[in-house]
Amino acid sequence: MTASHLAQFNVARLREPLDHPASAGFMAGMDPMNDLADRSPGFVWRLTEDGSDDATGIRPLDPDVIITLSVWESLEALRAYAYHSEHLDYLRRRREWFVPHGLPAALVLWWVPVGRTPTVDEALERLDLLGSAGPTPRAFTFRQPFPAPTEPAVLA
Amino acid sequence: MSIPDDLGDLRAVAALTDDVRRAAYHAVASAGSDPVGRDEVAAALGVGRTLAAFHLDKLVDAGLLEASYARRSGRTGPGAGRPAKLYRTATQERAVSVPPRAYRSAAALLAEAVERSGAEAVLHEVSYEHGQRAGTGGPGTGDPDELLAAHGYHPVASDDRIELRNCPFHRLAAEFPPVVCGMNLALVEGLLAGAGMDAWTARMDAGPGRCCVTVQRTKNKTD
Repeated sequence: MTASHLAQFNVARLREPLDHPASAGFMAGMDPMNDLADRSPGFVWRLTEDGSDDATGIRPLDPDVIITLSVWESLEALRAYAYHSEHLDYLRRRREWFVPHGLPAALVLWWVPVGRTPTVDEALERLDLLGSAGPTPRAFTFRQPFPAPTEPAVLA
Repeated sequence: MSIPDDLGDLRAVAALTDDVRRAAYHAVASAGSDPVGRDEVAAALGVGRTLAAFHLDKLVDAGLLEASYARRSGRTGPGAGRPAKLYRTATQERAVSVPPRAYRSAAALLAEAVERSGAEAVLHEVSYEHGQRAGTGGPGTGDPDELLAAHGYHPVASDDRIELRNCPFHRLAAEFPPVVCGMNLALVEGLLAGAGMDAWTARMDAGPGRCCVTVQRTKNKTD
């Protein structure tokens, strides 16, 4: 029984505002993809804005940068949702809606103790860490993952 | 690229020089992630069960197949309770290049550059055009199975839907899913277009243990 869950943080810079026709495909897929995540095996939690079912209103980096922050039971659970479901086609089309963000990394993964919800500030730190130090046990990627700590993660 | 690895890969690949053994490997590989029994391979090859078993076990020794045991359902009579030896392709990929070349490493660097620069649209264009040229002059307006098999996909058709049991870009696709699966989709779309198979449509249809693209009949031949 693992004492850790996997946190995921992703940033994406919009080509056009969400109410622009160019973003219509992204908006059309958002609720189905969020619903798919919510009922996927191993899904634990995702960030939503108060009074909304998504996190598109939370813009901590730039007015045109939207984020996703979520928690999963395992790397495999997140991988199955992200890359082995209908979500893959949504990802494939991302350049229709997003431009390269100009950051060294767009996606960061890290382990959190079970029951603890990561904050946006913490997520931004992890993304910075990945950008500056490359993949480490504290901030990593699908391409270079690190196993969950055997002791509950200590949050420094 | 270290020499012991090269020798290991060379030994594995050398195990395929025998025609019957190579056919046995293909019989297992075409089943994708479904394990295959000795009887099925023997039947597919038209050889005896003992000979099929001999070659299958040689392929396991060489590291090209993995063996497992399971009770197969639907059996009755004496011996029905005995687990059957089943085979599937090993996940490890083998490559031998003389002189040493590192195209896979180059592919990973290029994929990362495409991802970082956001050049996916151009990659999709290039892939579609390449597929179109490769599909032109193929088996014509017939069945897409042959076309897809000729390009390494191991197609398995059921009714109007074709699943592809092999991903030719497997490891790269696992590392860069949106980039490489998108490239693959455009490539298959191009192949179908080049071959004039406009009754069939490729779509992203990700599932475990197979290629992320499936091909569906969307029009009747008479349309």
